[in-house]
Amino acid sequence: MREFRYERAADPASAVALLAAEPEGAFLGGGTNLVDLMKLGVATPDVLVDVRRLTSAEVAELPDGGLRIGAAVPNADLAADRRVRERFPVLSQALLAGASGQLRNRATTGGNLLQRTRCSYFTDVTRPCNKRSPGSGCGALQGVHRNHAVLGQTLEGPATCVATHPSDMAVALAALDAVIRVLGPDGEREVPMAELHRLPGDDATRDTTLRHGELVTAIDLPPLGMPSRYRKVRDRASFAFALVSIAAAVRVADGVVDDVRLAFGGVAHKPWRATTAEDALRGRPATEESFAAAADAELAAATPLRDNAFKVPLARNLVVRTLLQLTEGAR
Amino acid sequence: MDTQITLRVDGADHPLTVDTRTTLLDALRERLRITSPKKGCDHGQCGACTVLLDGRRVNSCLVLAVTVDDAEVITSDGLAAGGEHPLHRAFLDNDAFQCGYCTPGQVCSAAGVLAEARAGWPSTVTDDLTADEVDLTDDEIRDRMSGNLCRCAAYAHIVLAVAAVAEAEGVRR
Ligand SMILES: Cc1cc2nc3c(=O)[nH]c(=O)nc-3n(C[C@H](O)[C@H](O)[C@H](O)COP(=O)(O)OP(=O)(O)OC[C@H]3O[C@@H](n4cnc5c(N)ncnc54)[C@H](O)[C@@H]3O)c2cc1C
Ligand code: SF4
Ligand code: FES
Ligand code: FES
Repeated sequence: MREFRYERAADPASAVALLAAEPEGAFLGGGTNLVDLMKLGVATPDVLVDVRRLTSAEVAELPDGGLRIGAAVPNADLAADRRVRERFPVLSQALLAGASGQLRNRATTGGNLLQRTRCSYFTDVTRPCNKRSPGSGCGALQGVHRNHAVLGQTLEGPATCVATHPSDMAVALAALDAVIRVLGPDGEREVPMAELHRLPGDDATRDTTLRHGELVTAIDLPPLGMPSRYRKVRDRASFAFALVSIAAAVRVADGVVDDVRLAFGGVAHKPWRATTAEDALRGRPATEESFAAAADAELAAATPLRDNAFKVPLARNLVVRTLLQLTEGAR
Repeated sequence: MDTQITLRVDGADHPLTVDTRTTLLDALRERLRITSPKKGCDHGQCGACTVLLDGRRVNSCLVLAVTVDDAEVITSDGLAAGGEHPLHRAFLDNDAFQCGYCTPGQVCSAAGVLAEARAGWPSTVTDDLTADEVDLTDDEIRDRMSGNLCRCAAYAHIVLAVAAVAEAEGVRR
């Protein structure tokens, strides 16, 4: 591991100023991802600015009935928060489906959002990987990629990357239209969840649209007002990353879909908000047929790899099953 | 880069100079010779290094020692400090280990599971997310303990051991 200086700042603004002056430094949350990547030689910061006790560790009510989640709220506390369990069950369920009890106790909301991909070429410095070492190639493209992306990949050129974003929580936040509050050297800004994570495009090294030194201070959840649910399919029942997951919320009135939110995990470089499926569903009868047709419309854009085509029907079935469960009684 | 810290472990203060790269696990084992937390994977994947940090179970292999110099660390050794801990007794009575390598981590994790259940925290197998009380069924125990691997596969008896203490503590019906 590269040697580093460890810093605690007096307040968020000084943490941001500190890091702005350190091009190779990084913020440290719970460290459950960053320390791991430092051990592996994948992350090599020369300064760590500890922000775990700088940002808020509270979940607060917003005047509109939403919630503001401090970036330092541990994943375990957020999952157990009464208001989240009652008003945003999809978020509780997503968190509880991730990692282990020990990891959730230490991991923070900000760190979870910004965790890096689990692609095994990215985490092995002896392998080619455009995300870690631009232009070295993408080991996964022709290699072990059973759990890689089926949507929105970059399939040729120096930015080729077929990695997925590993966070369960982020999939729920995408469906919830969360707003990320960010403090940077130029002040505060708000980033809609849909604009936080990016596809590899022409630069596989960047997971998000944040700039160096920008600190996530909080995450705002607007009120939801419909039933919601997270489902995760994985190779074993617990303590495994998603093959495919879904965050869904739906409201049915008179047998017709009044409003719906759908986001996939495990299928792309970012949490995949399924807007095509949502558009296809609004105003349609809440039936198995419309759910399936909407999922098919979304997944028509899929470009699966040699060994992960199974994710496409899996995602489709997950949409149908989850929406059927959520609308039971209202159909 | 060397830094001065004080680690409070199992009730005793230990002033130490550590390189910032030192994990809590390595500080405990290599510097303080407190060896009940074990190193299985060093990557958060096995749970052998589990300790209680301010009362919450965490993987000490992913915690940098410099970040916890004001925290209270309790290891499996420390749980036994006031005599025998019910979890230690239950692991013995239920034959819940073979080689014992994962056991201190299992015990600390189980102590965390019991505290989380008392606090009413749900898990991914909890049917009613809004229920006030947790019932630590076998499925609940399996899910909540899934961050602790056992290479000897003593799982079936680990569930029995945790269930026995859960019942005695009123978090299992
Ligand atoms: C064995 C294992 C299994 C796991 N399984 C799952 C799983 O099934 N599902 C899942 O979703 N996750 C899983 N995880 C990942 C886990 O959820 C993340 O490691 C954790 O959420 C990261 O949070 P942290 O606070 O520890 O982040 P850190 O490791 O501290 O930081 C992660 C990144 O975020 C940056 N950062 C941290 N805080 C801020 C901030 N406030 N502002 C700006 N940047 C910040 C850091 O610089 C770093 O780049 C697993 C991890 C392990 C080790
Ligand atoms: S998929 Fe992305 S992260 Fe994985 S090897 Fe290819 S470029 Fe690297
Ligand atoms: S040694 Fe820490 S989890 Fe395996
Ligand atoms: S008893 Fe041997 S690893 Fe668990």
